[in-house]
Amino acid sequence: MLKLEARPQASKFWGIASPLLALAITVIIGIGIFLLMGKDPVKGLTVFFWEPIKSAYALSELAVKATPLLLIALGLAVCYRANVWNIGAEGQFVVGAIAAGGVALLADKSTGPWIIPLVVLAGVLGGMLWAALVALLRDRFNASEILVSLMLVYVAELVLAYLVYGPWKDPNGYNFPQTKTFEKVTQIPRLMDGSRVNVGLLVALFGVAGMWIYMFRTYIGFQLQVGGLAPHAAKYAGFSSRRALWTALLVSGGMAGLAGAIEVAGPIGQLTPYVPAGYGFAAIIVAFVGRLHPVGIVFSAVLMSMFYIGGELAQSRLGLPKSLTGVFQGLLLFTLLACDTLIAYRIRRTVAAKAGGAK
Amino acid sequence: MEQYALLIAATLNAGTVLAIAALGLLINEKSGIVNLGAEGMMLCAAIAGFATVVHTGNDWLGFAAGMGAGAVLAGLFALLVIWLNTNQYATGLALSLFGAGFSAFVGTRYVQEKLPERPHFAVPGLADIPFIGPALFKQHPMVYIAIAVTVGIIWFLYRTRAGLVLRSVGESPESAHALGYPVRRIRLLAVLFGGAMCGLAGAYLAVIYTPLWVEGMVAGKGWIALALTTFATWRPLRVLFGAYLFGGVTMMQFHLQSQGVDIPSQFLSMAPYVATIVVLALISRNPTWIRINMPASIGKPFYPGS
Repeated sequence: MLKLEARPQASKFWGIASPLLALAITVIIGIGIFLLMGKDPVKGLTVFFWEPIKSAYALSELAVKATPLLLIALGLAVCYRANVWNIGAEGQFVVGAIAAGGVALLADKSTGPWIIPLVVLAGVLGGMLWAALVALLRDRFNASEILVSLMLVYVAELVLAYLVYGPWKDPNGYNFPQTKTFEKVTQIPRLMDGSRVNVGLLVALFGVAGMWIYMFRTYIGFQLQVGGLAPHAAKYAGFSSRRALWTALLVSGGMAGLAGAIEVAGPIGQLTPYVPAGYGFAAIIVAFVGRLHPVGIVFSAVLMSMFYIGGELAQSRLGLPKSLTGVFQGLLLFTLLACDTLIAYRIRRTVAAKAGGAK
Repeated sequence: MEQYALLIAATLNAGTVLAIAALGLLINEKSGIVNLGAEGMMLCAAIAGFATVVHTGNDWLGFAAGMGAGAVLAGLFALLVIWLNTNQYATGLALSLFGAGFSAFVGTRYVQEKLPERPHFAVPGLADIPFIGPALFKQHPMVYIAIAVTVGIIWFLYRTRAGLVLRSVGESPESAHALGYPVRRIRLLAVLFGGAMCGLAGAYLAVIYTPLWVEGMVAGKGWIALALTTFATWRPLRVLFGAYLFGGVTMMQFHLQSQGVDIPSQFLSMAPYVATIVVLALISRNPTWIRINMPASIGKPFYPGS
């Protein structure tokens, strides 16, 4: 009979090892899935773990997908550390994309590159607005931020659909539900020729540093985390839980909106109903797998980006559904949560003689 | 007149999907555990039920498959939450994300499939009454089953010893444990019941209500069902009526569209989501009201002997 025994102190070793173990278990289950589908598991794993890093171009595509994940997950880490359960980053991403797209559509041939900061700012504000709704309803009406933020995802997607099927539809677009392609001047500058990586990656890496300083080197960041870990202690110390709620949601909403802006004014270049690609949900997994730590999130964002690219390649090369990505992402979070048990507990064998009472 | 009878019928039908899922989640939450994986369980059950009916042609086997799928996933959730003490919110969320991905993966080959034409159901005699007949008595049996389940749950929770034990586990697992009740096994059963009911709702959705399979077809109904338990302050009868109310909100959009009301369809489709937010805010506004009705241990882990 195995029994869990609480550790006197959280295990530092398992804090790092648990995501790796979870990844290993996910890979083993993945091999099982490939075998079940009658595919060569070596080919399957190559597609997920080697193809995305084997050339400079592949790496740049990896970075393109990791950028929004990284941005959103950094914001979510602040939220979850404050024990605010914002699971609607997807909606904040979409509203950010809509706001940024709206500004980008105003540009014409004579517009200068000064429009780019405005596009990005609009995205940030859009995401913040959508998250502010959640904060307001939680703060004033005590409504569960989990349900409200999630419901607002559907609302945001329908607003996007309304715009691209209705008033913002490209009149010369053969009736496709999409806006016209944004003017070239609104395009977020690329870092180099021949790849789609743009300045957004630098912004995201800058965000990593900023978030690290905010969380571990500022008093307000400290207050926010105490509120999440020990609400009573925070109250006793006079830290405002309302301020923590608003800060957490505005930061994460703003980051998700920023990601939305960089995505539409970058790789996509127009608004379509396919702007929501699930980054907002995948970023939840990124945040947890990255231990809610800015540096950890960099690694997990790259990993999740590999899952995305691997899924696309599995579709084109192995004839497997693209949704395999979602299966692996969900599995990874599931196994991670199970493995995290080892941080706070150790497994002990209980003596067989005591088995009668141990059950 | 005729169209209003049909609107009522459609409302009851739409409400049934929500009611079945929310009643399961109610029992789930009465044990002190909240399962945010409802959406994922419903999705997996939808494809399990749909695929079963495609291959066997038997609706009831499809419902059973859906219940099985829901219960298996709920069992996994229970293993993590009850035995490994993982965070309930995060684990439920993981289940929802996994369920969305897994159902899409399995469902790819069923996207084009269609189910055969079904016989229409009618309660003999009663269905011929003008207005009331088409409004209430030409429904799939599941509509009546949902009502029967509501009555059964009320009886179970408030009139049986087992129901009392379940409620006490949700209010104070420590006391229930001290009295010698197997808290974890009771919670497991409650979670499995919740999963099976979400599964039944998902299968009904794909097999009867829609009836087809599309990726992400549950479209937030699992989350709305979760919100419903709060709206209803964890009372079964209020869950049922709340579900019908939301069924009505969902159906109103189709009604308005057919009346030629000049509102873009996207705004009409928003109605259930916006209504959920509004009602949630109104009901939650009074924290004391929620606190006295909510199972006290909800969301908190319990590990005997720790």
